[in-house]
Amino acid sequence: MIRKFFQFNWKRKAAEATISSSTILPNKRILASAGPESSVVAAAAPPTPVTTASNGMDSEDDFMSAVSSEDDILPDDDSDNDDMSDAEDFDFDDEPDPDLGMHKDISDSKKAPFDISFKVYQPSDIQRQQDELINEVNMILDISKEEAAILLRHFRWNKERLIEDYMDSPSRVLEAAGLSQTTAGPLKREVIPGFVCDICCNEEEGLQSFSIKCGHRYCVNCYSYYLSQKIAEEGEAARIQCPADGCSLIIDARSLEILVAPELKKRYHALLNQTYVEDKETLKWCPAPDCQNAIECPVKKKDLDKVVPTVACLCSHRFCFGCREDDHQPAPCELVKRWLKKCKDDSETANWISANTKECPKCNSTIEKNGGCNHMTCRKCKHEFCWMCMGLWSEHGTSWYNCNRFEEKSGLEARDAQAKSRVSLERYLHYYNRYANHSQSARLDKDIYHKTEKKMVQLQKESGMSWIEVQYLNSASQALQTCRQTLMWTYAFAFYLSRNNLTEIFEENQKDLEMAVEGLSEMFEKPVTELADAKLKVVIMDKTSYCNKRRIILLNDTADNLANG
Amino acid sequence: MAQQSLKRIAKELADCKASPPTGMSIDVASEADMRRWHVVLEGPANSAYAGGKFGIVVVLPAEYPFKPPTVTFATRIYHPNVTNDSSGNICLSLLKPENWKPATRLLAVLEAVRSLLVEPMPDDPLESRIADEYRSDRNEYNKNANQYVQRYAMRSVSFDAAANEGGKKGSGGH
Repeated sequence: MIRKFFQFNWKRKAAEATISSSTILPNKRILASAGPESSVVAAAAPPTPVTTASNGMDSEDDFMSAVSSEDDILPDDDSDNDDMSDAEDFDFDDEPDPDLGMHKDISDSKKAPFDISFKVYQPSDIQRQQDELINEVNMILDISKEEAAILLRHFRWNKERLIEDYMDSPSRVLEAAGLSQTTAGPLKREVIPGFVCDICCNEEEGLQSFSIKCGHRYCVNCYSYYLSQKIAEEGEAARIQCPADGCSLIIDARSLEILVAPELKKRYHALLNQTYVEDKETLKWCPAPDCQNAIECPVKKKDLDKVVPTVACLCSHRFCFGCREDDHQPAPCELVKRWLKKCKDDSETANWISANTKECPKCNSTIEKNGGCNHMTCRKCKHEFCWMCMGLWSEHGTSWYNCNRFEEKSGLEARDAQAKSRVSLERYLHYYNRYANHSQSARLDKDIYHKTEKKMVQLQKESGMSWIEVQYLNSASQALQTCRQTLMWTYAFAFYLSRNNLTEIFEENQKDLEMAVEGLSEMFEKPVTELADAKLKVVIMDKTSYCNKRRIILLNDTADNLANG
Repeated sequence: MAQQSLKRIAKELADCKASPPTGMSIDVASEADMRRWHVVLEGPANSAYAGGKFGIVVVLPAEYPFKPPTVTFATRIYHPNVTNDSSGNICLSLLKPENWKPATRLLAVLEAVRSLLVEPMPDDPLESRIADEYRSDRNEYNKNANQYVQRYAMRSVSFDAAANEGGKKGSGGH
């Protein structure tokens, strides 16, 4: 039994290694870019992993054969043409590809330092993954599928640990997970003479009742009301216990089938999927509204200061796997959090106050001078001082209204603090304005694109250009969006950078990208009739790929420097 | 469900009246409102609350028994798990919505409140200052608890007082 399990385990590992890398040479099947561990696994793998599949594991077999069919995972040799824009090529996902339907590996064949590998799972994939694990545990441990599911959830889907612990002491594992050790007959609604429901105290003849293995029996009405309340109101699914006081037995999916309405079953399974994704550290939901996909990414939380794991869902939403915010390359998550807080915080208001006002040297009241002469009289404490040098007015003697006492010590400190604050504010505003500008421009670019798109459809009809022929505008718009997103965050990033040689390189890169982006953005503002011109089309396509290239160079450099500290 | 729920409440009330739990007297606030119970709890002899009489108000929501009852002290009490004010809220894990089981009887809830007086749970406090005192200076805690008993819990229990003190005049009238 254990032997069999290891076989599965090993097989799965091999399968994963095969999927996660897209750099397999057609004839050799050796992982080029993978680490030493996985390449050992791959090297040890027989030429066709499918042949090792054990009988009875149909889903596993499908899984294997699907991913190991060559045309799915093997990049063609042409990929050496160094077309960097491939990394952002989303059209790639739109191709209907039944074999690839179960997983899509978007990572480019040429791995850039800022690129991380990830997979997008659709709801059916998430379901299938769970089913596979459940089936395995179901076979290995000889328990029902429903119980296997409960055990797996209890162990947060760590199958290895579950099996190990279970082999050690089945009774302890079962009890901790809320399962009974008794084997009872099939669970069903029953009419038991003389039965009184302990929840509603109903004692009618012929009252249908139900209980799970613990034997705590309640009428079907109460049982299903209890379940629907847990599911619909509390959003609970994985850990609904028997309604009896102090009984911690978990109600499994099969009992639920017997008791609740179909629409609640749907919700129940959605909730179970949710716990599956939330239980696994390597899985996260795509945060786009109405998107039901989940992303798998191996980046660990502790590495987030070194990498910015931007992933792209099939719905085309790009986000950071670390913090689920919108794509914020090249700035690391921690910095993004600080920046967003800074932009939102009232501390910036305080910054304005300290840059535009002064404090009364005596009572520290905040004063904004909005006109008049330098002779200030504090309204609060009646202290008289000079706005220019902050010194006592009485010391000014005859040089009234014309302060030349700049070297006087009494006002020096106040002025120093003032100047510092002003510089830091201006520095912040410099970066913030550019950050906000790109954010706004990205929105405007999108608006223009939507307008253009409509006109292009019109043009398609009039000039006879095909749908394919106008797609260059789509990729240009995509490039603009992603580049602006990146630019936006380069400014937040730069705000926190201390000045050195690397920052100069960074700023050069930033400048190059910015110029390219503004150039492309300008193209979009041309009238539609000009846009349709073949010459302009070439220019736009050139500019698009140039923008993408500049962006990748910037991200590469930054990612390298981040990784090296 | 509401009708079902009344049947259950009536049965529980009858059981409680037929064989009242030790140190408690239980009744509904008024015949018209079965969902509001008034309980008088005698401070357990082996606790810091011995000799006191504490009013406890139990309110059963419309979804009872699928939703937990709310239980509050009408009499002021010095206790780590009861708010030290006129609202008298209790922290009891079995009353939390996610822990509540529809088969749990009010009798069990009241027993749990009673044992909370014998054995406070300072690790799950509503009044952290009292919890600290309970852990570090038991004598001081006993003294303070007893002072509260002398001041608030020696007269006949009034359930109206709590309602009035809380600013909801007249809501407890009957």
